[in-house]
Amino acid sequence: MSDLIKLSITEALTALRNKEFTAVELVRSHIEQSEKNKHLNIYITETFDKALSMAKIADQNYHDGKARKLEGIPVGVKDLFCTKGVKTTAGSRMLSNFVPPYDSTISQNIENSGTIMLGKTNMDEFAMGSSNTTSYFGDVINPWKAEGNDADLVPGGSSGGSAAAVSSFSVMAAFGSDTGGSIRQPAAFTGLVGVKPTYGRCSRWGMVAFASSLDQAGIFTRNTKDSALMLEAMMGFDEKDSTSINKEVPELVSACSQSIKNMRIGIPYELMKTEGVDNEIIQMWEKSIEIMKAEGAEIVNISLPNAKYALAVYYVIAPAEASSNLARYDGVRYGHRTNKDNLTLEEMYIYTRSEGFGDEVKRRIMIGTYVLSASHMEAYYLKAQKVRRLIVNDFNDAFEKCDAILLPSAPSAAFKIGEKQDNPLTMYLNDIFTIPASLAGLPCSSVPAAITKNGLPLGMQLITPAFDEYSLLRASSAIERGVSDIDFIPRGF
Amino acid sequence: MAYIIGNTGKWEYVIGLEVHAQVASKAKLFSGAATEFGSEPNSQVSLIDAAMPGMLPVLNKHCVEQAIKTGLGINAKINKVSIFDRKNYFYADLPQGYQISQFYLPIVQDGYLLIKTEEGKEKKIRINRIHLEQDAGKSMHDQSPDCSLIDLNRSGIALMEIVTEPDLSSPYEAAEYVKKLRSLLRCIGSCDGNMEQGSLRCDANISVRKAGDMLGTRCEIKNVNSVKNIIKAIEYEAARQVEILENGGVVDQETRLFDANTGETRTMRLKENSNDYRYFPDPDLLPVYVEDVLIEKLRSELPELPDAKIRRYVKEFGLSQYDAEVIVADEEIAKYFEEASLGANPKIVANWICSELFGKLNKNNIELADCKITPIMIRELVSLIEDGTISGKIAKSIFEEMFESGENPEKIVTAKGLVQLADSNTLEPIIDEIIAGHPDSVAEYRNGKEKLFGFFVGQVMKKTGGKANPQMVNDLLKAKLSK
Repeated sequence: MSDLIKLSITEALTALRNKEFTAVELVRSHIEQSEKNKHLNIYITETFDKALSMAKIADQNYHDGKARKLEGIPVGVKDLFCTKGVKTTAGSRMLSNFVPPYDSTISQNIENSGTIMLGKTNMDEFAMGSSNTTSYFGDVINPWKAEGNDADLVPGGSSGGSAAAVSSFSVMAAFGSDTGGSIRQPAAFTGLVGVKPTYGRCSRWGMVAFASSLDQAGIFTRNTKDSALMLEAMMGFDEKDSTSINKEVPELVSACSQSIKNMRIGIPYELMKTEGVDNEIIQMWEKSIEIMKAEGAEIVNISLPNAKYALAVYYVIAPAEASSNLARYDGVRYGHRTNKDNLTLEEMYIYTRSEGFGDEVKRRIMIGTYVLSASHMEAYYLKAQKVRRLIVNDFNDAFEKCDAILLPSAPSAAFKIGEKQDNPLTMYLNDIFTIPASLAGLPCSSVPAAITKNGLPLGMQLITPAFDEYSLLRASSAIERGVSDIDFIPRGF
Repeated sequence: MAYIIGNTGKWEYVIGLEVHAQVASKAKLFSGAATEFGSEPNSQVSLIDAAMPGMLPVLNKHCVEQAIKTGLGINAKINKVSIFDRKNYFYADLPQGYQISQFYLPIVQDGYLLIKTEEGKEKKIRINRIHLEQDAGKSMHDQSPDCSLIDLNRSGIALMEIVTEPDLSSPYEAAEYVKKLRSLLRCIGSCDGNMEQGSLRCDANISVRKAGDMLGTRCEIKNVNSVKNIIKAIEYEAARQVEILENGGVVDQETRLFDANTGETRTMRLKENSNDYRYFPDPDLLPVYVEDVLIEKLRSELPELPDAKIRRYVKEFGLSQYDAEVIVADEEIAKYFEEASLGANPKIVANWICSELFGKLNKNNIELADCKITPIMIRELVSLIEDGTISGKIAKSIFEEMFESGENPEKIVTAKGLVQLADSNTLEPIIDEIIAGHPDSVAEYRNGKEKLFGFFVGQVMKKTGGKANPQMVNDLLKAKLSK
C-alpha cells in the first residue's frame, strides 16, 4: 500500500474510478506517511479522523457513480485559509486559539471538488518569511538534505509546510498562497511544481490577509498536470471578493501535453548579472533555455528595466498593506488577548500585540506604519506605487515580444535553518526573482529544473500574461519534459 | 449678521459644519447585515462588520446611488471615479482597525445649499464634499462595573459625510443650514434625517474673529445632535473663545465634546495628540466608476426638490412664502398637503394645516404620522366650508371632533346636524324673534349704537347652534334692523 503515495493525482483518480483501491486506503497511506514525517513539523493542526470519515463518503460516491472531479485526493491546506470548525492560526500566536465559524471560498471550492484535507499546514507567521522559520509553531524542515550533510534545511517560505507535505509524499497536493514568492520559492527548494495563478483568479475571501493587492492562492504538486487539475478546481469568480475577476476558468490539463512549437519564450538576459545569484542557478537557466529551444520554442531577448526596483517596491507596499490588515488583531473580539489585568485600552492593545506577534511581523508592521505616515507617504508609498506601475508596463512591453518569460525562481538552493536569520535584508533577497510577477499580478510557476552538485533541487520560473494560465502550464510542462531524466525525490523517500 | 459682543467690541462667528447622514439603506455599506435602529445589541453584525480574519468588503451599490442623488440635490459635481481609502486608528468599537472612507477622491464635490439669514436674505452655503464612509460600533461604558461593552450593530452602516466651507456666520445660519439639509435629504429619500436616533449627526468647526481679520484658530465640536444644541454649542463655544482672546489668551486647536446636559463644550483631544490616520487606498476595493447614464437616470428619478416646491406653492397655489416654507421643510407634511389640496382650495388647506393642525400636534405632542386626521379629511372639511355646507366656526368644532375620533367630517356633520342654515325661510323667523325679544337693544342700535350689531349676530348664532350662514345672517339682520 505504501506505493500509493507515489502515484500522481491523475493515476490515483483513474485507479479509484477503477476500484483498484479505495479512497480510505489512499487517505490512510498518506496519514501513515504523515505520521512517519512528524519531525518535519508539516502540520499545525491534523485532521486525520475527519479525513478518514470523508474518505468513506468518497468511496460511497465512487460506488454510487457520483464521484466528483477530485474525489478522495488527500491534500494539505495552508493554515491561512479559514476552515469552518478547524483551528486557523496563520502561523501566529495571535490566532493560536482561533476556530473560524466559516470556510474560505478556496477551502469550500476544493472540498466541493472532492479533495480530502489531512491537515492545516505550517507557514511563516502571517505568510511573512522566506524560510518558514517565523512560525509560532516552530520551523518546518525540508525533506531534502544536501549530499553528505545532515543539517536541516529550510523548505522555503512562507508556504513551507505545504511544500514539505507534498515533497515528503504526505499529501498529493497542497494549497498555499503567494504574495511575493511564497509558493514559487518553496516549490523550488523542495523539487515541486508550484503555481500562482493571475491575481483575481482565486477568491481571497476567508484567506487571512497579508498584503491584499498581492495575495493570491496557488498550488503545490509533483507534476504540472496535477497542478492543472487542482487549479481548475480552486479558481473562479467570487462576488464576495471585489478584486475577484469574472472570467471563465480555462481547461488546463490539455496544456500540459501540448507542444511549445513556435511559442516565443522571453529571456531577461540582463538579470543574469544580478548580484548574489549562485553559479549553478545561471547554469540551470542556460540549460533550460536549451530545453525550450529543443522543444521548438523561439527564444527572445526581453528587457525588464525596472525589475531591479521590485524588491524595494515590494518591501514598501506589502508592509504598508500588512500594517493596516493586521490592525484587526487587537484582542477585542477573537484571538490572543493578554491576561494582564487592570489595563487601559491602549495598554491592552500594546501587551496583546507585543505578545501575539513575532519579530518579523512586528518589523513589517513598523515598516508599513512608517511608510504610510503623513510625513513619509509621498516619499515611500506613493513612489512605490508609481514604480509598481512601471514594472507592470515593463511586462506589457515584454509580452509584445514573447508569450512567456523564463527566469529562475530563487537565487540559490535551500539553505540551512538559521542561516540568513541575522540579516533580514539577505533573507528578503530570496524573493528577488519572484517579486516582479507578483507586483504585476501575473500568473507564474516554478518547475523543478536541476539538481545541484550537493544534491538539492532548483526551480525555473515561468511568467505569462494575465489570465493566460494555459500558456503558463504549456511552457512549464516543456521544462518538465526536458528534465524527465531527473528524479526530484528527496533522499530516503 | 449676528455678532458676539465682547468687552472689546464685536466679534464675528466663522462656522463650518460636517454632517454625518446615515444613508437610507436596508443593508450596510460593505456587508449585507441589516441596519434597523434599536435592535438587540450585536444582532445585526456580519462576519465582515466584526472584521473576522479574511473577510472582505463588497460595496453596496444602492448607497452609492443615494450619495449621487444627494450630490445632484446640492447642485454638486459627481466624480466619475472615486476611491475608498482606509483611515487607520485603533479603537475598541472599530473592528477593522481602520474606517473605510473616501479621503483623496470623494464621490461628490463642490455643491451648495441656499439658506435664509436672520434678515431674510438668501445666502449660498458652499458644500466642499460628500463622501461615503462606514460608521463605527458603539462602546458602552455604563453597562458593567468592571468592563466596557461593545455593540457592533452600527459598525459598517453607510454614512454620507457632508462638509461645508466655513460660510456660516451665526448659530442661526448653522441651524437653518441643518434644517434645510435635513429637508432636502428627506425629500430625496437618501437619509431619514432623524437626529434623535442618530441618523443625522453634526460636528461644528468654530472660530471667531474681529471684522476684517484673518481666520482665527478653530475648534471642532463633536456630536451636536439636535438643531437646538447646534445653536447652544456654537454660542457657548464662540463665547468661550472670545473670552480667551479678550483676556490675552490663545485658542488651542482641539477637538471638543458638547455636553447637552450642561450646554458646555470640553476638551476631547488636543491637535498634537491627534492620530496620524495613514490614509491609503483600500486594496480590497476597486475604484468606483460612475457612468453618465447612471447619473442621468438618477437625476430623472429625483423628486421635486424643496426650493422648487416652495416656488411652486407660492406661484401656483398662492400660498404665503412663510406657509410654503413651513410645509416644504418636512417632506411628510408636504406630501400631506399635496394630498389634502387635491380638489380643494390649496390656500385654505395650507391655512388649516399651518394653524389648526400644527397647533393640535404641538399641543398634544404627537407626530403627523400618528395623527388621526388624514389628508382626505382635511380636503373634505375645506370643501364643506367652500360649498357653504358648514361655517368656518362649525368647521373648527368638527376639526376637534376629527382629531379626537378620526371620524370623517361629512359623517360628523350629518350625525350632529351641523349643516349650515342658509335658507331665509328658516332664518327669518328666528331673526324676527330675536328682534322682538330685545326691543331696548334694537332701539339703541337704531339710535346709532352700531356696535350692537355683533350682539344680534351672536344671538342668532346662539339660537342656531352656530350653524347659521354668517353672510346671510348679516344681510338679513341689516335689512330688518334698518327698517
